[in-house]
Amino acid sequence: MGGRETDVVLLDENGIRSDGRKVNETRKVTIKAGVLKNASGSAYIEFGGNKILAGVFGPRDVHPKHMSNPDTGILRVRYHMEPFSVGERKNPAPSRREIEISKVVKEALEPAVMLEKFPRTAVDVYLEILQADGGTRCAALDAASVALADAGIPMRDLVCACAAGKAADALILDVNNEEDQAGQADMPIGYMPNLGKITLLQLDGVLTTDEFKKCIELGLEGCKQVYEIQKNALREKYFSSGDND
Amino acid sequence: MANLSIIDKLKRSKILDLLQEGKRIDDRALDEPRPLVIDTGVIPHANGSARVRLGDTEIVSGIKVQPDRPFPDMGDKGIFICTAEILPLAHPSAETGPPQPDVIELARVVDRGIRESGMIDLSQFVLEKDKSVIGLFADNVITDHDGNLFDACSYAAVAAIITSKIPKWEMKDDKPVLIENQESDAPTTTIPVSVTMGRIGEFIIVDPNLDEWGCLDARITITTNSDGNIVAVQKGGSDGFTFEQLVKCSELSVAVGKKIRDVIKQATEGGK
Repeated sequence: MGGRETDVVLLDENGIRSDGRKVNETRKVTIKAGVLKNASGSAYIEFGGNKILAGVFGPRDVHPKHMSNPDTGILRVRYHMEPFSVGERKNPAPSRREIEISKVVKEALEPAVMLEKFPRTAVDVYLEILQADGGTRCAALDAASVALADAGIPMRDLVCACAAGKAADALILDVNNEEDQAGQADMPIGYMPNLGKITLLQLDGVLTTDEFKKCIELGLEGCKQVYEIQKNALREKYFSSGDND
Repeated sequence: MANLSIIDKLKRSKILDLLQEGKRIDDRALDEPRPLVIDTGVIPHANGSARVRLGDTEIVSGIKVQPDRPFPDMGDKGIFICTAEILPLAHPSAETGPPQPDVIELARVVDRGIRESGMIDLSQFVLEKDKSVIGLFADNVITDHDGNLFDACSYAAVAAIITSKIPKWEMKDDKPVLIENQESDAPTTTIPVSVTMGRIGEFIIVDPNLDEWGCLDARITITTNSDGNIVAVQKGGSDGFTFEQLVKCSELSVAVGKKIRDVIKQATEGGK
């Protein structure tokens, strides 16, 4: 609430943000599919200063066995930050924050993955945050979708994600680390554009109900931009001989 | 609980059939929370406490206030920590041991609603900047589990905080020393109220009970403050919401939250 005090000007008189962006502009996003040899599918994303690796294994046998479900496959997600990914060294053991993010990212992906086609198996998604710069859960979710598709796992849609929020009394797209620390609200959104379904939604910070609505709409615009980048990453890996060489 | 039992499947179809007629399995309206009963001051050893019954879900929340070191980057603010635990006597499926992800999420969502609303003015909890502050710990235990622990815990913690008494400490020789018999009311600024809604098919229901909880497609918890603004949101469950459904949920959270806030106000007036 209110955010912490800071010397940084979050929004100058020309409506330009601390990192030079306009209010409705995302940071630079690049995604590469198929970056790991051993994983069934993988992706690497750079989302502003965030650098994240996603690896997918499966569908494969479930261990421990009692977790397996005869009706459907299960999805397991681990979101994990490297000790060197943030300013002060982070204890490598999973924190409560990481456990919660793992859960919400899993629940954001589940509607997209056709797990019912693989009963008694597990699909494991590992998300490793090599460098964190605000908005890691959205960036990790973006990479996870591409890695799942790269693994050839049937999906209803890609889940794309981007945050929106509020800083210096303005609604902003893709909240960076400074804006998260000192801003007024941060709302990560995950979206399946073809199905019109929002599968990740969190908020901390104060918004009126009208701002809440507008903030979602703004975030969805960012999601759609990321969606194109995700599709391009897959195109580049699987169809590059025709278009991109 | 990975396997949906045949009973659950039958229950789900019954619940869905009823919803088609605009009814719920316990006869409530879709936007109607269960009866909320709040008793405060139930644990005299705590600095503040509340027992909340939301339908058949029961929570005891206790507040402990004690000097602590500030967080390294927040030397000018006191500490607020909120926990939750499903006691093994609350439900046959409840187990002892390290907290599972769903309980960690529960505690963090309740914490976030209170923290982000700015309910507690933590700047008043500083004894010596960067060195010593007052910590307020809200520990919620679930004693009976009939669904929607998010809201029940939130109401219990909020009622306990409002009615808590903050002891006085002063710094002497770099150490906080308790000044006897000088308690003050907790410095609160607003009353955050969380409202959890579930989606089953196309229907949005407020405050799902445990039977309904078992067949939700997705759920969302929205916390509003006394001004009717939204301060925290958490979506959960293995499916999503459309934009229109989310707008409806935000409106519901304000309307239902207002009524709940009145109940909390009434229950905490005597304690303050």
